[in-house]
Amino acid sequence: MTTISEGISALPPAPGPFDTVRRILFRSPTVIAATVMIAIFVVVAALAPWLAPYDPLAQSMLKINKLPSWENWLGTDQFGRDVLSRMIYGARNSLLFGFISPVLAAIFGTLLGVVAGYFGGYTDRIISRVVDLLLAFPELLLAILIAAVLGGGFWNIIAVITVAFIPGFARVARAQTLSVKQEPYVEAAIAVGVRTPIIILRHIVPNIMAPIVALMTLWVASAIRLEASLSFLGIGTQAPNPSWGNIIRDGLNSLFGSPWPIIGAGAAITIVVLAFNLVGDAVRDALDPSTAR
Amino acid sequence: MTAMGIATAERIVPNEGGENVLAVRNLKTAFRTPNGWVEIVKGISFDIAAQETLAVVGESGSGKSVTALSIMRLLDPEMSRVEGSVKLSGRELLKLNRAEMRDVRGRQMGMIFQEAMTSLNPLATIGAQIAEVLTIHGLMSNNEAMKEAERLLDRVRMPAAKSRLNDFPHSLSGGMRQRVMIAMALACKPKLLIADEPTTALDVTIQAQILQLIKQLQQEEGMGVLFITHDMGVVAEIADRTVVMLQGEAVEADSTDAIFARARHPYTKALIAAVPRLGTASGNGQPQHFPTLDRESGQIISGKLRPDTIRHAAEPVLRVKNLVKRFDLPGGFFSGPRGRVHAVENVSFELRPGETLSLVGESGCGKSTTGRTLMRLVEPQSGEIAIDGTDILALDKERMRDMRRHIQMIFQDPYASLNPRITVGEAIAEPYLTHKLGTRAQARQKAMDLLGQVGLSPEMANRYPQQFSGGQRQRICIARALSLEPKIIVADESVSALDVSIKAQVVNLMLDLQEKFGLAYLFISHDMAVVERISHQVAVMYLGEIVEIGPVKAVFGDPQHPYTKRLMAAVPIPDPARRLEVRPISNDEIRSPIRAADYEQPKREYRTVSEGHVVQVWGSDWTV
Repeated sequence: MTTISEGISALPPAPGPFDTVRRILFRSPTVIAATVMIAIFVVVAALAPWLAPYDPLAQSMLKINKLPSWENWLGTDQFGRDVLSRMIYGARNSLLFGFISPVLAAIFGTLLGVVAGYFGGYTDRIISRVVDLLLAFPELLLAILIAAVLGGGFWNIIAVITVAFIPGFARVARAQTLSVKQEPYVEAAIAVGVRTPIIILRHIVPNIMAPIVALMTLWVASAIRLEASLSFLGIGTQAPNPSWGNIIRDGLNSLFGSPWPIIGAGAAITIVVLAFNLVGDAVRDALDPSTAR
Repeated sequence: MTAMGIATAERIVPNEGGENVLAVRNLKTAFRTPNGWVEIVKGISFDIAAQETLAVVGESGSGKSVTALSIMRLLDPEMSRVEGSVKLSGRELLKLNRAEMRDVRGRQMGMIFQEAMTSLNPLATIGAQIAEVLTIHGLMSNNEAMKEAERLLDRVRMPAAKSRLNDFPHSLSGGMRQRVMIAMALACKPKLLIADEPTTALDVTIQAQILQLIKQLQQEEGMGVLFITHDMGVVAEIADRTVVMLQGEAVEADSTDAIFARARHPYTKALIAAVPRLGTASGNGQPQHFPTLDRESGQIISGKLRPDTIRHAAEPVLRVKNLVKRFDLPGGFFSGPRGRVHAVENVSFELRPGETLSLVGESGCGKSTTGRTLMRLVEPQSGEIAIDGTDILALDKERMRDMRRHIQMIFQDPYASLNPRITVGEAIAEPYLTHKLGTRAQARQKAMDLLGQVGLSPEMANRYPQQFSGGQRQRICIARALSLEPKIIVADESVSALDVSIKAQVVNLMLDLQEKFGLAYLFISHDMAVVERISHQVAVMYLGEIVEIGPVKAVFGDPQHPYTKRLMAAVPIPDPARRLEVRPISNDEIRSPIRAADYEQPKREYRTVSEGHVVQVWGSDWTV
């Protein structure tokens, strides 16, 4: 064929999504610091049995409400349990909730949102109204409501936080689906005769994942905060299992005796939430250029 | 190549007599990238005299728009670097500070852009926006400015100018918005008007109006015009002199007559050869290849004649009868629809194996909806679509899925019609696997074969669409459509978004494939010249109806319907000798296909002009 060559392979390979994430994560020192902080907490949570100096559940009548000392770095609580050990084990709890709930919420929320956005009509109306209804309640209030009905316990709390987070994901997924659905490549797939489930899984979901992943990272922080709030209120992780929220709750009784449990757990929550927020923002900027400055 | 570029860049476009409004010398623009500075404009020089139009022509990425932005100094100073000299009436622009530059912009040089919609503020009336230009430069008080705005709208031939002053941009059509932009650019009587692809987004009849308007205003105001375009037809229509840009360099610069008559640079030759022109169809009434340039020898290879690909004896592979598609415009909660868009009205045609039928018309004429209805991407209200004798509108979902093997579509935007997360090999194999025509390995083999068929290398199967240029992507889309070995391909504006030389290649490819596989094409386009070149039959659509249909030679050689005549008159003629002729161009807008809910489509009658050439009998509203 005698044609003008079109400059084949003149174009550089497009950067993959991971290159972008890497670029953003390691650009600003703040984000590097936050990433390091998260890494430390993950390591601490994973190695809790080896790092914790004492059994977090072991009570001692001899060491009630002690101030920090070389033996108990953050002092002890009203049952004489070592606060530092409880915090180390509590990190496990927080991080588990922090990761599992947003991931579950992302899966269910995306599913609902994509179905609503793709099929439209009555399906969309029903799903959207239910989601709007859920969204009308503040997350914490909704969580308290469900926890009050279901009671505490690990899986109940996961379920509670997941339900509270589903509307956000469903909305983002629906809006994204509506725009991706208009893309000619989706129309091309329909024209070829590709079945609907395949169109959704192959052509729509991969193209709406960027904002979903960004949202998920941001909401890890919210999940940790929500779990701490619920535990503080006594409907989250149940005593005697340690959680940052109920360490603060226990510490409240002896606030003027020893404020160290509250300071320690409070600082842990603050640092982890802040770190996840910073990384979440960075990921969002990296994956979703429309929200970047 | 590089040596040649530098040689021509040094030569200043001759401009004897008269003072120069704009003098550009050795303009170089570079952009900051993560890998350092990249030079986009590599030193170009030209002059523009008063009352003169200079066209800068080139394909996408040639640096023509960056040249205009550099002259206006509209580039971000952080991210770009402009060197050389730009003198406006002897005053060096590149050395002015921001405040001085602001005074120059709008006041001494006006600019109009391609996208008139996004260039206007949607929250301000057009009167206020025109008046603002005058008051900002302290030329007039608010009241005077409003009066002047009305006068300006009148000057740009805006119909009912006075009543338009308080309109918002969204209530105007694309052509009227471009008129408003021109009025704003002319408000302060600039010495220079920079027009960056001002007609590219417009329909061909509106393009003709706007080009005419710019010409007239230039004569009245005596300003210089820098006209940026990719369209050699438009160049021939408007420019006194022309600079051809390729990859940031001016490869050729001369008077427009000279460029068209005796272009020296092979690239210019190729550009001119690739311009589709009406009335150059081959003698035997068959579609013909576009001439292409052989890069090595610098020779233009004229399109070869093709044998007759139509299987005349065969039954039509596609038969459309009385197709109707109307979209309701929703009214209030309790009332019925407010109105209806009559997108497709009583459309009938037939397509034989190996034949190309083109649907031509302007935006809103229903040509794309017709194509989408054939694919059942939209469901028509009534009518009949038969593929190989099977009425596809009667098929259920499952049987329709099978039927899709026989009819495939190529879309307009090559950038959006491939999923960015799937390799092109998988994209081409997907239809094959969906219809379970073979194993994965066979599908892969098929995809590689098809890549070869469309002129790409089979190893590219593992790459992602982002790694390809627009023309290559359109080839991939063609390969995907071919993977089911369809009988019919609906090509919806498939080459409209491509640069002219790439367009010629893709069209040639489509012609080759038709010859090889006996495909029937339904080619949907607004570009009359391309249509004339590649079709056997043509159907002209207007407001949802086919107003004229027949063999290309008959319809284009002897147009009957006033709308066909008007369309043909509006196509730019790539012949500078005819530039000074003032052609009769009607100032009408394209009418809207939206009708009242109770509108009854009038009964139409048709008249046969010659064998196969049928025209709708028009009423008194077409008094031309």
